[in-house]
Amino acid sequence: MALDEYQKRDFKIIGTRPQRPDGIDKVTGRAQYGADFYLPGMLTGKLLRSPHAHARIKSIDISAAAALQGVKAVVTGNDFPGGAKGDTLDVQDHCLARNVALYDGHAVAAVAATSAKIAQAALELIKVDYEILPHVTSIEAAMPTGAPLVQEGRRGRKIPEEYSDNCTGMCEFGHGDLDAGFAKADLIIERTFKTSSTHQGYIEPNACLANMGPDGRADMWCCTQGHFQVRNLCAQMMGMDQSALRVTASEIGGGFGGKTTVFIEPVALLLSRKANLPVKMVMSREEVFKASGPTVASLTDVKIGMTKDGVITAADALIRYEGGAWPNMTIFPGAQSAFACYDLSAVRAQGLNFLTNRPLQAAYRAPGAPQSIYAVEAVVDELALELGLDPIDVRLKNAARKGTKSSYGPTYDEIGLIPLLEAAKAHPHYTAPLGPNQGRGLSSGFWFNFGGETCVSLAIDFDGSVTLVEGNPDIGGSRASMSMMAAEELGIPYEKVRTIVADTASLGHNEVTHGSRVTFSVGLATIKAARAAIKEMCRRAAKTWGIDEEAVVWEDGYAKPAGANAGDHEPLSLAQIAAKSSRTGGPIVGHHEVMAEGAGVSFGVHICDIEVDPETGFTKVLRYTVLQDAGKAIHPDYVEGQMQGGAVQGIGWALNEEYIYGEDGRLQNAGFLDYRIPVASDLPKIDTVILEIPNPGHPYGVRGVGETGIVPPLAAISNAMSHAINVRMSELPMSPPRVLKAIKDKG
Amino acid sequence: MLVPESLYQRRTIPQLTWEENAMHYAAPETAQEASRLLAENTGSARVLAGGTDLLVQMKAGMVKPDLLVDIKKIAGMKDITSEDGGWRIGAAVSGSELGDHAGVCGDWPGVVEAFELIGSTQVQGRCTMAGNLCNASPAGDSVPAMVAANAVARIAGPDGTRDCPVQDIPVSPGKTSLGKGEFITSIFLPARGTSGGDAYLRFIPRTEMDIAVCSAGVSLTLDGSGTCTAARVSLGAVAPTVLLVEAAANALIGTNLDDAALEACGAACAAACNPITDKRGTIEFRTDVAAVLAKRAAKIAQQRAGGRS
Amino acid sequence: MSKIHVSTTINGDPTEFLCEADESLLDVLRDRLQLTGAKEGCASGDCGACSVEVDGRLVCSCLVLGAEAEGAEISTIEGVANGEDLHPIQRKILEHAALQCGVCTPGIIVAAKNLLAKNPDPTETEIRYWLAGNLCRCTGYDKIITAVMDAAAEMRGA
Repeated sequence: MALDEYQKRDFKIIGTRPQRPDGIDKVTGRAQYGADFYLPGMLTGKLLRSPHAHARIKSIDISAAAALQGVKAVVTGNDFPGGAKGDTLDVQDHCLARNVALYDGHAVAAVAATSAKIAQAALELIKVDYEILPHVTSIEAAMPTGAPLVQEGRRGRKIPEEYSDNCTGMCEFGHGDLDAGFAKADLIIERTFKTSSTHQGYIEPNACLANMGPDGRADMWCCTQGHFQVRNLCAQMMGMDQSALRVTASEIGGGFGGKTTVFIEPVALLLSRKANLPVKMVMSREEVFKASGPTVASLTDVKIGMTKDGVITAADALIRYEGGAWPNMTIFPGAQSAFACYDLSAVRAQGLNFLTNRPLQAAYRAPGAPQSIYAVEAVVDELALELGLDPIDVRLKNAARKGTKSSYGPTYDEIGLIPLLEAAKAHPHYTAPLGPNQGRGLSSGFWFNFGGETCVSLAIDFDGSVTLVEGNPDIGGSRASMSMMAAEELGIPYEKVRTIVADTASLGHNEVTHGSRVTFSVGLATIKAARAAIKEMCRRAAKTWGIDEEAVVWEDGYAKPAGANAGDHEPLSLAQIAAKSSRTGGPIVGHHEVMAEGAGVSFGVHICDIEVDPETGFTKVLRYTVLQDAGKAIHPDYVEGQMQGGAVQGIGWALNEEYIYGEDGRLQNAGFLDYRIPVASDLPKIDTVILEIPNPGHPYGVRGVGETGIVPPLAAISNAMSHAINVRMSELPMSPPRVLKAIKDKG
Repeated sequence: MLVPESLYQRRTIPQLTWEENAMHYAAPETAQEASRLLAENTGSARVLAGGTDLLVQMKAGMVKPDLLVDIKKIAGMKDITSEDGGWRIGAAVSGSELGDHAGVCGDWPGVVEAFELIGSTQVQGRCTMAGNLCNASPAGDSVPAMVAANAVARIAGPDGTRDCPVQDIPVSPGKTSLGKGEFITSIFLPARGTSGGDAYLRFIPRTEMDIAVCSAGVSLTLDGSGTCTAARVSLGAVAPTVLLVEAAANALIGTNLDDAALEACGAACAAACNPITDKRGTIEFRTDVAAVLAKRAAKIAQQRAGGRS
Repeated sequence: MSKIHVSTTINGDPTEFLCEADESLLDVLRDRLQLTGAKEGCASGDCGACSVEVDGRLVCSCLVLGAEAEGAEISTIEGVANGEDLHPIQRKILEHAALQCGVCTPGIIVAAKNLLAKNPDPTETEIRYWLAGNLCRCTGYDKIITAVMDAAAEMRGA
């Protein structure tokens, strides 16, 4: 698809802030989330989980559990029919182990019973004979040859000999002559950075209700970012046709990438098939932390060379990620994004992935990018400080722009980084005075954004209202944005369009709601579907008037005769055309199916001020400004919301959030008490500045915005900390004990 | 590993055992009745006041009581009454209820602020000082302030009523000195007197919603010239139970809390600390920060007592 | 298995139910009374998504037993609006786009309503500390605070 979709125009609805269609249900408690569904005869499903980080399952005796009155099904991983292969088999094993428990909390058996109490009692009657094996839970422990092996046969191709068989993959991106580049630098800084695993922290635990009948067909309701993905994964695992499983996405209480795969859904289906009754499963908060998909932890080396007037001559990064007990590909976006904000002639980013005895990672808002860009932006900041240069000027000097060959390969089209940096420099936050123990930090950020499979159907109902059917769960207000785009194209009021998220039986495949793709892809498809409907309505009008189809135009919700016939007939409204559609050829439905491309990258720049108590290490965020390029902000409130939400997740990641494992390989903080996400009193207002540098790949210029916001805060806060306490920080989270130690060690 | 059909038709022996272990709930209306229920129970009975620790522990499977004795319907449990110049606070008085009471807030702002730091607004709607005390967590927020205030617990039991200083209630993490059938019916805060002030500070990594990493409660009295004539310094989350650090108090008594006195107080606190390293803090961090908090709390207490800051 | 019979009032309506001794009020509201507006986010009092009022006090319903509802007045999110008329807090949350996924929203609304009944003119800091027990992962709290302040202003003016 050529990047020539964008057409500049004046909008009537785009850019305004109407109320979202699901809003009233959500403020009154009517909205139905994953755990809010009930069916007659419904059973409760529960999972028995390994208390060991690594153990062979020698035997499981379920007889006592199965005999308990009220228990209707007991299953283990070996009850899956065997249809899953490759990555899907890995996902299945992560959901329910077959022969080996690979992390603390790994499910080994499941029960469905007539009440939660009976299910729990049944779990306690299951006897598992474990043979405990050695475990590793950190990159440092998993890396060297001789490290305990998490899984056999997973060593990646061409992995250097110095790494253990836990290394499952390698990647490399870049171009140019690094040695020559470093030779030209006046100052070279090399540092190593560590980040911990974090969790998306969605407030709604994973939940589903599976209903499989004796005919082998099934329905499922679940909270998910991608119900087509759920269908396809589960169908493969269950040995079913995809069309035999119909999945409906409930409202979703947060996902951030963590609900783009399955955890309990296949197990619920397995139990439902065995019991011939609906089975509801809801994860507890502890299970969510232990056994869903946290993000990768990282150990990153960055080396950057700069001339004394601030030009980067060479940049090199080695990222090492661990994402749990099965391979994952996050080193790819991690390495690709590391230097994406810069125009460099000599650059290299390499990635290595390691297995550990931890749950399989899932995406978390710009997967891989926060970790790698944190390291790069911290080194750029240190270089600027050492050379006595302004941090924004340094970035402006080296900023990626139109025509830059990116560090990961493609050449950039129109992008917004330089306007953002200039806007940041001109923003009052950047020059506001700072007090004692306060520091200011800055960071750029980036995300690719994606397109993907998209199917949309737009029906013109007889009374002139419009039903827009799409297949992407709404995690941030996208239904409103779709209605706005449809209404804009059709020239009718926003309130006349109802957008619904349909089940998997109602549309062709839709890629998961991730990659900041929905406003872009589904919006693109919506616009095209509306245009298709318009074309058809013009054809009907032409037929009604007995004129040529080409001689009809669509304006402000009306078909009008044009050209030689202008003025000959009264315009026909959408409602009028719809009312007689049965007489002019039948129902009018526009639709569009596409593998969307041309998503348009989104850059961001964050500025933050913090204050540190030098006697305790306590850190307060005083002020925070997010600047981001949205291409075109369809609904500015929701764009701001994404910027603010991403920033606050990044703040939590920088200051307090981490997975803490003990020597025994068990997760120590599997709850909101000790996994510390920001609370309302921790934060100031998050100011936002939206720039709009249109994306040539979308008719309105839309760029995805959902993910970029989490990328800059890690370095912005770290750089602020480094300035506040005059110690360069290189490990996250910068929790008070670490900060106080850094202050004291400096002396 | 498919389960044979025959197994689903087994007898219900497992169910009987499970039914016997089911939990019961009682809401007696007198202290004697509550005491009797607790004393006669042969399994594990727990007192239910606010439930903000108990229900969490039950859900986590850490405790499996077979009887909950809800004390909130007992007369007097929710009363706050003036007594001998001090205040008697019923064991079922919640944080938000105590926070609404101008009298206690005026006399013992340190105790109230400590109590009000527990949990969220929602937890405050239910939690109680007696419950916080009897949960016997080394980090319970209300305890150092109560100890600094020299609070006394009144206990009802099979043998009648007795009083016990608050600092003697927790004996180790999760364990109290209460006997079988005993429970706290009220907490007594003594008369504050003029020229007295108290304060409580805790360290948490966020601004709310964390368990104290370390904490300090200070209560002191000043004479007309601003000299400290009496003091109690108590530290939390730096030992298995709350510490009452006499050396720290002695460092303040006889001084007007100048920098040297505060330093000595802090040093005494640091020396008394016996914390652990865990997911919330290191030994070093807890020790350093406990000393800092003790000094800061002392200054606030001094201000409240009418002295210079 | 003998259950406890409870008589209570929920959103002004006399209500009876049977529950087991260790069932929480949250479990009862959701699974027995079909009032699914209160959500379980953690079952340990750390997230506030289950917030309700019991006799006018803001509490986590996951930390209250169903049995304790006996004789009490319970208010849930379902009782905040007056039929079709939304409460100012509900309207302002919609106006200011102060919800994204919306799962924390019922708890936030119940908590904010409870605050404004006690303190009709709270500062931003007071609102933030009052709502510290209501976790939100989507919004960063910014628009929520704006909405609550605007609702307070409207309620004072009205």
